Amino acid sequence: MVKEIERFGLPVVHVCTVVPISMTVGANRIVPAVAIPHPFGNPALDVKEEKALRRKLVEKAMKALQTEIETQTVIE
Amino acid sequence: MAKKKVVHYLNQFFAGIGGEEKADMPPELREGVIGPGMALNTALGEEAEIVATIVCGDSYFNENPEISKQKILEMIKPFEPDLFLAGPAFNAGRYGVACATVAWLVQEELKIPALTGMYIENPGADLFRKAVYIVETGNSAATMRKAVPGMVSLAKKLLHGEPIGLPAEEGYIPRGIRRNVFKEERGSRRAVNMLLAKLKGDDYQTEYAMPDFDRVPPADAVGDLSHLKIALVTSGGIVPKTNPDRVESSSASKFGKYSIEGVEDLTAEEYETAHGGYDPVYANEDPDRVMPLDVLRDMEREGIIGHIHEFFYSTVGNGTSVGNSRAFGIRIGKELREAGVDAVLLTST
Repeated sequence: MVKEIERFGLPVVHVCTVVPISMTVGANRIVPAVAIPHPFGNPALDVKEEKALRRKLVEKAMKALQTEIETQTVIE
Repeated sequence: MAKKKVVHYLNQFFAGIGGEEKADMPPELREGVIGPGMALNTALGEEAEIVATIVCGDSYFNENPEISKQKILEMIKPFEPDLFLAGPAFNAGRYGVACATVAWLVQEELKIPALTGMYIENPGADLFRKAVYIVETGNSAATMRKAVPGMVSLAKKLLHGEPIGLPAEEGYIPRGIRRNVFKEERGSRRAVNMLLAKLKGDDYQTEYAMPDFDRVPPADAVGDLSHLKIALVTSGGIVPKTNPDRVESSSASKFGKYSIEGVEDLTAEEYETAHGGYDPVYANEDPDRVMPLDVLRDMEREGIIGHIHEFFYSTVGNGTSVGNSRAFGIRIGKELREAGVDAVLLTST
């Protein structure tokens, strides 16, 4: 899906936990996530901390969309 | 003659420990044979036996690859096995990645022949097909009975150090290895014969398959987000409660498109996940953990992001075929383009 959407000229940031799978499916901008069942959260944290963690990850993803790249890149 | 020793790798599911709720279990060593190991062991017959089974949760392995690899190697080493078997993993993505990674590791680090089995579209196959023998299986565990003989026949050859034939003969996924052989006919004649067969529409087999590098060049980065429209897409199965479009929990044949106009937060009352390939507890408690709409709305309000696209798109990436995923991507990409979306956040579990 990532690849086909990007083919329309839209930059896609793929936020996922298993980075090697993202590489094989051909995502270009890859941001590693927290965990498989909760990529944008951590149930061990309290609600406020968890939202702060999510905010950080979304900001990272938005930054990835603003990053010029030549080839598949994992943006930490 | 003493039986040769085999160590086997399984995930939590095939080991009979549990489903997704147990997918976070760290590697464990079990003496003897478990689950699909029984059929493999029987087929190995008098020559070899499975002496131990390593069991590891699929999520644990993929979230903690380094520590898992190290622990698993330490567990295998003392057995000094003659062969290592993993799976088969069929079309289970995380399991396939784990099987192939461990097989490769055992082969490289312990210098022990290793073998796994999975469906051709499993991401584990793509990652390691060149490095390890991966027997091609069907896409579900319903094909176990077919998978076992294929794995065991190759396993026996590896145990005996016998030469391994061509992928099509032995049933493994092509590794891209080329070996010099003598042919009756010289190259020019073979090439012309192939061309003639092609012109006639007959079957022919290329001697050098061209690699398929289907990569899309990265789209240009975006500038200031405050004027842009961002869309949300997920393969994590987030859908309105009751899953109105009945997006399948695995092998999805469709995606859903849902308006989030006026929605500030994905709540447990209104949304849930349809995904059957991970423990849904956390996503159902707070679907923002899979698709972070709450945070995006904050950023929209703060003027950091111009606009969140009115619709989000969602499917289930769980054994869903490459063909379906491609078709979904084309339809979604086209719609997003036409809707004037500037960039996409795609989330996966």
